[in-house]
Amino acid sequence: MSNKTDITVEEHLEIQHHVKTYINVFVALIVLTFITVAVSYLEVSFIEAFFLAVMIASVKGSLVLGFFMHLITEKQAIIWILVSTLIAFMILMFLPLVSMIDHTNTW
Amino acid sequence: MMVMRYQLAYPETPIPIVGWFFAESGGIMLPENYNTLGAMHGTIMIFLGVVPLAVGAFGNYLVPLQIGAPDMAFPKLNASSYWSYFIGGVIMLASFFTPEGAARSGWTSYPPLSIFESGQTMWLCGMIFLITSSLLGSMNIIVTIVQLRAPGLTWFKLPFFIWTQLITSFLLVLAFPPLEAASILQLMDRVAGTSFFLPSGLVYAGNAVEAYGSGSPLLWQHLFWFLAHPEVYVLILPAIGIVGEIIANNTRKPLWGYKSMIYAISFLGFMSFIVWAHHMFLTGMGQTMSAFFQLTTMIISIPSVVVLTAFFLSLWGGSIRFNTPMLFALSFLPMFGIGGLTGLPLGVAASDIFLHDTYYVIGHFHYVVAPGTLFALFAGIYYWFPKVTGKKLHEGLGKLHFWPSLLFMNGVFMPMFIQGLAGLSRRMYDGGTQYAHASDILQWNEFMTISAFCLGAAQIPFILNIFMTLASKATGERNPWDSTTIEWSSPSPPLPHVNFDEEVHVYHGPYEYSVPGKDKDFCPQTVK
Amino acid sequence: MSSIPYILEERPDTGLNNSRLGIWIFIASEIMLFGGLFSAYVFLRFAAPEGDFDYWGSKLNVPMATFNTLMLITSSVTMIMSWASLRMKQFDKYKMYLGLTILCGLGFLVVKYIEYTSKFHHGIFPSSSTFMGIYFTLTGLHVLHILGGLLVLIYFWSPVGKRMYDEDPNLLANRIEVTGLYWHFVDLVWIFLFPILYLL
Repeated sequence: MSNKTDITVEEHLEIQHHVKTYINVFVALIVLTFITVAVSYLEVSFIEAFFLAVMIASVKGSLVLGFFMHLITEKQAIIWILVSTLIAFMILMFLPLVSMIDHTNTW
Repeated sequence: MMVMRYQLAYPETPIPIVGWFFAESGGIMLPENYNTLGAMHGTIMIFLGVVPLAVGAFGNYLVPLQIGAPDMAFPKLNASSYWSYFIGGVIMLASFFTPEGAARSGWTSYPPLSIFESGQTMWLCGMIFLITSSLLGSMNIIVTIVQLRAPGLTWFKLPFFIWTQLITSFLLVLAFPPLEAASILQLMDRVAGTSFFLPSGLVYAGNAVEAYGSGSPLLWQHLFWFLAHPEVYVLILPAIGIVGEIIANNTRKPLWGYKSMIYAISFLGFMSFIVWAHHMFLTGMGQTMSAFFQLTTMIISIPSVVVLTAFFLSLWGGSIRFNTPMLFALSFLPMFGIGGLTGLPLGVAASDIFLHDTYYVIGHFHYVVAPGTLFALFAGIYYWFPKVTGKKLHEGLGKLHFWPSLLFMNGVFMPMFIQGLAGLSRRMYDGGTQYAHASDILQWNEFMTISAFCLGAAQIPFILNIFMTLASKATGERNPWDSTTIEWSSPSPPLPHVNFDEEVHVYHGPYEYSVPGKDKDFCPQTVK
Repeated sequence: MSSIPYILEERPDTGLNNSRLGIWIFIASEIMLFGGLFSAYVFLRFAAPEGDFDYWGSKLNVPMATFNTLMLITSSVTMIMSWASLRMKQFDKYKMYLGLTILCGLGFLVVKYIEYTSKFHHGIFPSSSTFMGIYFTLTGLHVLHILGGLLVLIYFWSPVGKRMYDEDPNLLANRIEVTGLYWHFVDLVWIFLFPILYLL
């Protein structure tokens, strides 16, 4: 039982170091949430607003992915799966759109 | 299926035996009955038949065996996949007996018609369960292949079948969810009254449709074909894998170009995501995009040709054993070849505009799936039956099954090309009798129907064979085909939950047949 | 009980255990599921008449959604804290953080419920417009994901978690890690849903 519940001092320190990172990320996410809301009140065109919003969301998303989900230290296999998912996702997002815009008699 | 064929050959006449099903019309099939049968035939064959058989059954059974693993990685996930499939299947089949009847909007369920036609809600609910089932199953297969390979079994020592299962599972994981999303949207359209797929100003059955409008039917087509094109490869890749195993074993030679075939199918998997709109050339697509999709479609035929060529080259110089699994595997090659090559004219917009929605398309698709995938699955059953039960199927009955099947299979589907080239449209409940331009080729309908019934009769030896063999005494022979891959080193049938009775360690590549200097003509992967 | 290898320990050549790889593939398919709906959103937005989405989008309640965003982010951080506590073998802290996560998730659902019912009171339903349709579909599906996640969290917060911890703390840590990955993913989806539905 004892070897199951005990951990070494180094491990303990390492986890506490991680916890600090988590708190920092948490603060950053909160700040970015307010920035997103604030940005939406700016008087900009739709395209600009869209890119701003998606960019901030992407930054937030990468923070969650990278630190909460540990993607920055994740193994090759998972990175490759996610890269191929991302490619498929991009195809799914843009190819229908592009072909719709290219339709001569639109919808 | 048989009922449909009978209807096409003899429209407007009462249908024998199953006529009670159409009791209200005196045993005559009405157009809506035909539509229902057509829609459900496609759905059942693809989502309840081939995918669960090729990926669910063959994948689940053979993947752990061929990689030397005790079991799949997640047994509970496996069970939930099965039960989800079961529920989906029950919903699908139960829809026949509801007052609304089963879906009748084709297996593609194109809106706006599918939003209004009856029976579609059950279809969508069933689909959501079936998709979930496939997703869970394919996740399990990927994890099993990546994580549970036996010690020493490196990536390029994996049997070809495992590679096809891996690529297939990736296609399922990435392509199926958009259809699930689309099904949810269509369900919302039907149940919650939204109008995702309903454009403004729609008139149905003489009445203006009361909906918000501003949706797009094309959105469904995009989401649907984003799945359904990779789905074609989901249907064919496991079949190719089975054929590869059997050809290597029965030519007593390594598969020719093993690595290039793996690269080819990986490339095929990727390309299958960017060709889907060749199903949509007739939707008024602009020239730029249709040129793009034509190009990708032509490119995707290259890896298929690479695989087929490699199979043919594998045959060269081999001393081939013509047993039943090998016969099925060999006939797969020209049949799949016909299916594939007839696809090329459909991938070019100019000829597709003429051929679209004719029987030519039906012929093309069925050549890929029926004598293609189905024959490969038969081959797989004959080949692995001794592993599953410890008893070998009877060769004579097997050949009695094979030759008539091959003959009548072509009898059913070959005339479809003739009819299609003559311009006969598909999905007509009377087989096109009301069209003058079709009158010259209508006599083929009868021929095809008779072939279909003979094809059905040709399956009797197969069923007999299975039951007779099951009743016979098991020999428990481990390796009746003198094969090299890992599954043949386990007891037949394999032990429950552990599969193998000794520790598996892999020393060799998958197809070391006729290695010079060895005393036997095969060298199992697990033997030092 | 089972002879399946690499349930907890990592396979040397891939550096992964089964459940971590499994959940990531699951997340990949979830990405494609929501991707299909996002794609539908963009497609429909282009297909809709000018200003249609803006008009209906302005009917949504931004402060409530902002509050909900903060709620989910908090639940994400408490989720990872409970995993970290578990790795430091502090079971009580784990239970507290997991409880906080569940509370935040429930809070999210309550706010969502208020939002939905107030829409219904104003006579706004999924059939009211294409925007409302996609709004209810996307958020509804997301709510279903939250519900599913909550069920799992409550399962591990219940005495089952304690029993599992006593048997093998590493097994519980692994389960919490995997659940956490899913939970963060649900949070991630919301991070994208929030600006796209409420702010644009």
